[in-house]
Amino acid sequence: MTEASETYTFTFMREVSGLLHAADGNPFPMCVQCGTCSGSCPVAAYMDYTPRQIIAMVNAGLKDQVMESNTFWYCASCYQCTVRCPQGISITELMYALQRYSIWKNKYKEGLIGPSFSEAFAKMIVRTGRTFEPILAPSYIFSFKLGEFFREIQNATELMIKGRLPLLPAQIKRLDNFKRMVRRIIPMGGVE
Amino acid sequence: MKEFAYFPGCSLEKLAIGYHVSALETAKKLGMKLHEIEDWNCCGSTTYFHIDELLAYTLSARNLAIAEKTGLDLVAPCSACYKNMYFTVAHMKKDPDLAEHINYALEEDGLHFSGQINVRHLIEVYMEDIGTEEIKNNVTHPLEGVRVAPYYGCQILRPKKDHMDIEHPLFFEELLTAIGATPVDYPLKTRCCGGSLIISSRPAALTMVKNLLQSAVDRQASVIATACPMCQVNLECYQQSVNQEFGTNYSIPVLYFTQLVGLALGIAPKKLGIGKELVSALPVLATS
Repeated sequence: MTEASETYTFTFMREVSGLLHAADGNPFPMCVQCGTCSGSCPVAAYMDYTPRQIIAMVNAGLKDQVMESNTFWYCASCYQCTVRCPQGISITELMYALQRYSIWKNKYKEGLIGPSFSEAFAKMIVRTGRTFEPILAPSYIFSFKLGEFFREIQNATELMIKGRLPLLPAQIKRLDNFKRMVRRIIPMGGVE
Repeated sequence: MKEFAYFPGCSLEKLAIGYHVSALETAKKLGMKLHEIEDWNCCGSTTYFHIDELLAYTLSARNLAIAEKTGLDLVAPCSACYKNMYFTVAHMKKDPDLAEHINYALEEDGLHFSGQINVRHLIEVYMEDIGTEEIKNNVTHPLEGVRVAPYYGCQILRPKKDHMDIEHPLFFEELLTAIGATPVDYPLKTRCCGGSLIISSRPAALTMVKNLLQSAVDRQASVIATACPMCQVNLECYQQSVNQEFGTNYSIPVLYFTQLVGLALGIAPKKLGIGKELVSALPVLATS
């Protein structure tokens, strides 16, 4: 590596900043570590690191530890942290950015359902334009414990009896146009 | 007659069919017309943003462009659809480059979104456009003695829209009072139900659901009222999972606010999709 390219190696903090939507300008490097986010988060107890810790770790460049944590995949997207942050940081958007970063790098903590579920969900939408719940099941159900596995099937059966589960996938009418629209956003991306 | 463009969203096709039919029935009774927009697509829910932010906005923008042609305000009954569409408008208005890029993609479907539309949540329309006075005037079967936990959930309040009190909202309580029910003081009313974590991080989500159920039981609520299909499914369809996981014995019905309003307006329960619950709402009907 030449000296010049070393100088221009981005820090993890700058890499993550670049993943956030331009219109949002998310000032997470300005975090004062007050912990309001962690105190407001309903899922913090289940996270490897709390939201406050994750922000500090991103800012300190601890990329590997951040990527190997479950924190951003456990964000429920409830925005309680975001509306209370005194520095105006959208912690939720930061969690989304870390999810995208981890999918892009194909690097995440083993055993998480989030990444494969998100992927199945995304593919379903670009193929049909609509959500069809049954098609998502294989992305998660086999990682469940036996009790949960049967509970899930029982739930689905009861919902089907009540007429609350679709049997056939819906799709939009102008699907060809829709797919071309998607290709104008993601030129090559995953649409057959 | 008040008219609105209506975006039902994927859940309301089946999983939350009760919300859909009760929205249409109550709207009719209250002199409001909901025109379903043509050939709408999925809004991307909370899961699409994990993959690609730009495409997530584009998915919403297609629906917004279709709705804009009607010249009416766009109403969404699902809180996640509402939040996605509301902020897509805000971002596209603020960022002309983003708008241009998205509109370039929309050309493929012969569409263009200029940002001239208001996105509203259904419950907001009930409160602001119809109003509690008008609703009260139409009540024929007040839900006297029915103790209801008003559950706001997240996306309807957060991120903060222009106009709402996000820490101590009271509009749900006001609506319940207008139909003769008794809203209970529900301290967890704006706490998250877990959303899609019910799939991806089940132990965490079940604990969140359990806390919400316990809080409603502590306040002697006989029903939980929601304004979001995701909240309804998590709180109702996963009650048995909570019971199995924690050895509890919860059996509290979870109805959409439109179903409760419909009952008070004297609409037959079946027309409101009541009877499709996994936790029967009959005890509620018996007390009113």
